[in-house]
Amino acid sequence: MNNYFYFFLFFIFALVLSAGLLFFVILIRYRRVKIGDKCMVYECGVDPLTENARESYSIRFYLLTLVFIIFEVETVFLFPWAVIYDQLKLFGFIEMSIFLAILIFGYIYAWRSKALEFRREIE
Amino acid sequence: MSNSLAADLIIPIIKIIIVGLFPLIMVMVMVWLERRVVAFIQLRLGPNRVGFQGILQPIVDAIKLFFKEDITHTGVDKVLFNISPVLVLFSSILAFCFIPLGGTMQIGTYNLNFWVAESPVGLLLIIGISSISVFGVIFGGWSSNSKYPLLGALRSVVQILSYEIPVAFSVLSIIFFSQSMNMIDIVNRQKDAGIWYGFMLPVSFVIFWISVVAETNRAPFDLPEAESELVAGFHTEYSGIKFAYFYMAEYAHMVLASSLAVVLFFGGWLPPFPNVAALSFLHVIPGFVWYLLKIMFFLYLFIWIRGTFPRYRFDELVRLAWKWLIPLSLLNILVIAFVRSFA
Repeated sequence: MNNYFYFFLFFIFALVLSAGLLFFVILIRYRRVKIGDKCMVYECGVDPLTENARESYSIRFYLLTLVFIIFEVETVFLFPWAVIYDQLKLFGFIEMSIFLAILIFGYIYAWRSKALEFRREIE
Repeated sequence: MSNSLAADLIIPIIKIIIVGLFPLIMVMVMVWLERRVVAFIQLRLGPNRVGFQGILQPIVDAIKLFFKEDITHTGVDKVLFNISPVLVLFSSILAFCFIPLGGTMQIGTYNLNFWVAESPVGLLLIIGISSISVFGVIFGGWSSNSKYPLLGALRSVVQILSYEIPVAFSVLSIIFFSQSMNMIDIVNRQKDAGIWYGFMLPVSFVIFWISVVAETNRAPFDLPEAESELVAGFHTEYSGIKFAYFYMAEYAHMVLASSLAVVLFFGGWLPPFPNVAALSFLHVIPGFVWYLLKIMFFLYLFIWIRGTFPRYRFDELVRLAWKWLIPLSLLNILVIAFVRSFA
């Protein structure tokens, strides 16, 4: 039978296993009334400074993730290239070198514009 | 009719259940092994009371966590808060679908395969499926409405994403030689080549292993849960069973990572030197045992690394990925492609 049918069965089994265990435990777990400071957000015992913690974060996380997307999309193109590489030989090598050169150009740009830097330089 | 039903449906379903439970069983073994081995490295004894040498300790811990109170505090995004532990564990179990746990065994006329499914793009699917856990991490950290989980999740996402690229590139260098992304074909090609790819491409393997240790958030790269600064990272606010989910998922990802290392670089279910006639008696031992021995070695390596190296700083970690491993792995691919086009 089709392999993807077994994958589908496995998908359902994994889902039932992981979600079902959670439901089962929710039925048998220890329950108590939620009172007072127990429901407070953990902040080393101090009252939380703000109601909402999702305020602002460093731009560097965002920049790195953007660079990641470029690389990852490009990796997807590399995989089929590698599979049929022996048929392409030198043609494949030159063509992919051009493709990678464009990527490396962008990579150097990201490096020079300090998108890969996580530490603020001391000036 | 009944015979084909058994071959097409019943045996695969039994296989699916065994393969689905396999990572969870390995998680239990690993929890015990890690606590014992790290204890011995640090000249302690570790858990040795429950059962023989403390072997039942993980089961007792699991039961304790099942019955523990599960707190959902104020300001939580409830849907994401509950989905994220399931998502993390689910993705790590699902990826085992395409991993061959052993070769083909002939029982009568039936060929018993030790894998659930094979796919021509199996390797790509495994990498893709295991990356779904990033969503679990970011959902968990963001929905907690607390500062430590949010910071831990951001770090974790950047770390997992950064090290995803070297993993993909180092895996790519194997495809040049196997010319297939089917996991079973990759192992068979290693048999034909007479050498495991790990010895043929040592640079790729070293890059792969460093990146995989970072991707599973293990020491020395366990920045997302750096206890001394972020309490417990993205799962600070989780308790009871949901905490256990994250814990299990981390270990299941380790099992997955070592399975990938074994299948791609160290010949999967093959015994050592599969083509040498003098060592053919090693084929008597079933492939699953070889696979298990090999992944136990790599799982032990995880613990060994944890017990040996001090933790990285976050900017060092990002620098290692982006300024060392990515250029190195790109260069590695170009060199392999260049050599291959003239070979």
